[in-house]
Amino acid sequence: MYALNYVKAKSVKEAAGFLARNPEAKLLSGGMTLLPTLKARLARPTHLVDIGHLAELRKIAVKGGRLLVGAGARHHEVATSAVVKKAIPALAGLAGEIGDPQVRNRGTIGGSVANNDPAADYPAAVLGLAATVVTTKREIAADRFFQGLFTTALEDGEIIVRIEFPLPKRAAYSKFHHPASGYAMAGVFIAQTAGGVRVAVTGAGPGAFRWTAAEAALANGLKPAALEGVKLDSREFNNDMHADREYRANLVRVMAKRALAKLSGKK
Amino acid sequence: MNMAKVTIKVNGKNHTKTVEDRTLLVDFLRDELKLTGTHVGCDTSQCGCCTVHVNGRAVKSCTMLAAQANGASVVTIEGMAKKDKLHPIQRAFSECHGLQCGFCTPGMIMATAGLLKDNPNPTDAEIYKGLEGNLCRCTGYINIVKAVKMSARLLRGGKR
Repeated sequence: MYALNYVKAKSVKEAAGFLARNPEAKLLSGGMTLLPTLKARLARPTHLVDIGHLAELRKIAVKGGRLLVGAGARHHEVATSAVVKKAIPALAGLAGEIGDPQVRNRGTIGGSVANNDPAADYPAAVLGLAATVVTTKREIAADRFFQGLFTTALEDGEIIVRIEFPLPKRAAYSKFHHPASGYAMAGVFIAQTAGGVRVAVTGAGPGAFRWTAAEAALANGLKPAALEGVKLDSREFNNDMHADREYRANLVRVMAKRALAKLSGKK
Repeated sequence: MNMAKVTIKVNGKNHTKTVEDRTLLVDFLRDELKLTGTHVGCDTSQCGCCTVHVNGRAVKSCTMLAAQANGASVVTIEGMAKKDKLHPIQRAFSECHGLQCGFCTPGMIMATAGLLKDNPNPTDAEIYKGLEGNLCRCTGYINIVKAVKMSARLLRGGKR
């Protein structure tokens, strides 16, 4: 590992203060993306400010019709939490499909959402469930939060405190794993929410996005057949050594149908 | 160069060392404590050879700073056997020949211990999923899966 300066924050407030004084410092939570990024010298922050151990960020609870998940909750904790499994089983299932067991024991929901990797799973759930990202400064609706490749609405020094998920009537996630990395080649999260059906896609494009044509097509019933011929603009889709655009576009359709099948109770 | 004092309980014993901030947990274990049973295979969190338990959970020690583990309790492969008596998982890997070159074995055993803690009686599919974070370039995994099953039987108090 290259030289670095490590700071263990005693509280979120202290971490925020440190970031305000040191604009080139970076937050460290689980470190599952950041530490490999440092090893590859893709980033060279002046300091790592560790917030991964803070109990104030680890709470999981249901309150006022919303599931509140602290930013420091690890994937394993979300996957196995009785509260999450009862409130939004699709979210627990999604968390249990991230990476591998060792990664799930370290990686956090806040880290994943802040990083906004185009193939990460959590952004699909946050967007699909119309969640709210609560930070040290404000509340940000999912529709405004994700802004494309590794880009979010977060400002410098702003720290995610928790994610608030309104409880959906039903929700399901289906993902095609990259066989080596475990990342989503395409993942589709479908939720029947108070505001209607939402379909969020990850892995396919430069960032998670809503497939609005599919949402419209499913408005009158969550039936796989409704997706036949629905327009999917794949011009901006990732086109790389793992899969080309057309293949990813097809995967999105297949994953959407599988998610619908899960919703209807069929495997 | 930032240095800090770090205290980590390793295999039941507290160790305090002053190390550079950049020190990875695996380097703390191997270089500072000379516990070289934990291997570095890829150094990119793919292979799982460096798997140890931190506060009871399996993690890849090449992707964690020693400073992050300050105050934590760590168990390495050296902490598994009790004196001359192999841990049941070690015995199962030996008896099933769940290895060839042996380089991945410490990580496989620690990952297996993590898996069986959560799921004492896993199916084949659950074993594949539970060992997804560990790579073996020799065996083709057949005997590793056998070893995990025998481990599960032994840990449940059954016969091999």
